[in-house]
Amino acid sequence: MTNYYQKEIETAPREEILKIQNEKIRKQVKHVYENVPYYRNLMEEKGLTPDDIQSVDDIKKLPFLSKADLRDSYPYGMLGVDLKDCVRIHSTSGTTGKRVVAFYTQNDIDLWNECCARAIVAAGGNEDDVCQVCYGYGLFTGGLGLDGGSHKVGCLTLPMSSGNTDRQIQFMMDLGATIICCTPSYAAFIGESLAERGYKPEDNKLKAGIFGAEPWTEEMRRSIEKSLGIKAYDIYGLTETSGPGVAYECEEQTGMHINEDHFYAEIIDPDTGEVLPEGSKGELVFTALDKEAFPLLRYRTRDICVLTREKCSCGRTHVKMCKPMGRSDDMLIIRGVNVFPSQIETVLLNEGYTPNYQIEIGRKNNTDTLDIYVEADPAKISDKIADIQDMEAGLASAMRTMLGIGPKIHLVPPKTITRSEGKAVRVIDNRKLHD
Amino acid sequence: MAITQLSIFLENKPGTLHDTVKRISEAGVNIRAMTIAEVRDFGILRIIVDDVAKAMEVLQDDHIITTTEVVSAVMEDKAGALYDILQALEAANVNIEYMYAYTGEVTGSANVVFRVDDIEGAEAKLREAGVEVL
Repeated sequence: MTNYYQKEIETAPREEILKIQNEKIRKQVKHVYENVPYYRNLMEEKGLTPDDIQSVDDIKKLPFLSKADLRDSYPYGMLGVDLKDCVRIHSTSGTTGKRVVAFYTQNDIDLWNECCARAIVAAGGNEDDVCQVCYGYGLFTGGLGLDGGSHKVGCLTLPMSSGNTDRQIQFMMDLGATIICCTPSYAAFIGESLAERGYKPEDNKLKAGIFGAEPWTEEMRRSIEKSLGIKAYDIYGLTETSGPGVAYECEEQTGMHINEDHFYAEIIDPDTGEVLPEGSKGELVFTALDKEAFPLLRYRTRDICVLTREKCSCGRTHVKMCKPMGRSDDMLIIRGVNVFPSQIETVLLNEGYTPNYQIEIGRKNNTDTLDIYVEADPAKISDKIADIQDMEAGLASAMRTMLGIGPKIHLVPPKTITRSEGKAVRVIDNRKLHD
Repeated sequence: MAITQLSIFLENKPGTLHDTVKRISEAGVNIRAMTIAEVRDFGILRIIVDDVAKAMEVLQDDHIITTTEVVSAVMEDKAGALYDILQALEAANVNIEYMYAYTGEVTGSANVVFRVDDIEGAEAKLREAGVEVL
């Protein structure tokens, strides 16, 4: 039997959803035009006024926003309300250069938490459940997002935050957690840790897991389901749109329903910006229909994906997105953290190295590994092992400060980084993330 | 007079030592002494060769290679010989970063190579103690 958190809207007929979207977009464009000068300028450049946007069909006329716009308008340029009406920020992981700070009114948080609550209920959650949230709490949206959703559903919430696996397992077993929320790689790690401690999958009370914030495969899903004895559900979101819960999976596990009463999704050609017909593969673009504090219109996620409106057996009528199949930029997601190769280049230059490097990403024990190979300047290399190790450690530490995750640095001789057709191959991703 | 040692940084993966030595071999350079210091991910090949300039020429383009002045002392092949040398260095308060030995040109002797923090002091003290320095 399917349960819903907000049955009426989750199973509303298409025309009803469309009606809500049309009403909201008219109001939202007006809100943004009047309160966000940055976007108003973009609209004016295109000769647009709010009157030009009467329905979601008109959204395609609107200018796009990208991460570059958020950087240019940092920190307050996209703010749609007075600061006194904002109650919280969240921020993307990553660096100062690319950091995004998103603002929330209390209403924004309530709606976002409802989106997360829908995800939890779709995964079988209700007020009898014990929901263990082991996404990081803090600037990252994962922890507080699912925490808020869990509260809305009425679960007993275990605000564990990330890390400290011993404690995670102790609380999980002692308090009988029934739902776990974390990154898929951490779920896999917990599964292995339980096995190492002699627990069988049936020894825990978990029934469902809600996993997101990083790419994962169907194969990984089956393996996690087996090791924890659960059903594993995907969840999608990004800080720019609020956080997790923009889309979530139902029991069919064939894609994530986008909360269309709050987010309007488009698939575009990443090169031309042209909107592609349903079923096409392209870049996912979101328009937040009712966000107040950080109301992004046509935000380019850079995630490549496909939308489908095929009828879902769960009864939900909202469009489904597939797992992101890649990126239209060079962003890498490593241990749930967004990493751009340009950040690595910046650190190398700051630390006095040449930007001849190669990034190798792998997965060991279900955790991403990041190895950075750097061509060293012979003039700076000592003949003593300890000096070279100090250099590597110093560079690793500078990288950790910039990226938010610590790589393993390997100094290598000059001209040894693989070059194909004269151009260095910068990134080797051995994770096989996309089926 | 100190002698010049080449220190070559090698990645710890199959084939690197082979390729480097091949290059030296093809250049007709004789390796008189060698040692490898290694940690998990890389090693440093330290060699004494008969033609430093030529070895540098064939390697420096794609190797991290540094030259280091080291002290080379002749040591008799008998009990206590190394101790005598070390005593001399100890007396000069010289710190030894690393050392290795190779067969000397004269039968019954070995050459000991020292990487030290004070080459001149070390050499002076060794000569004073009657040790032959190369």
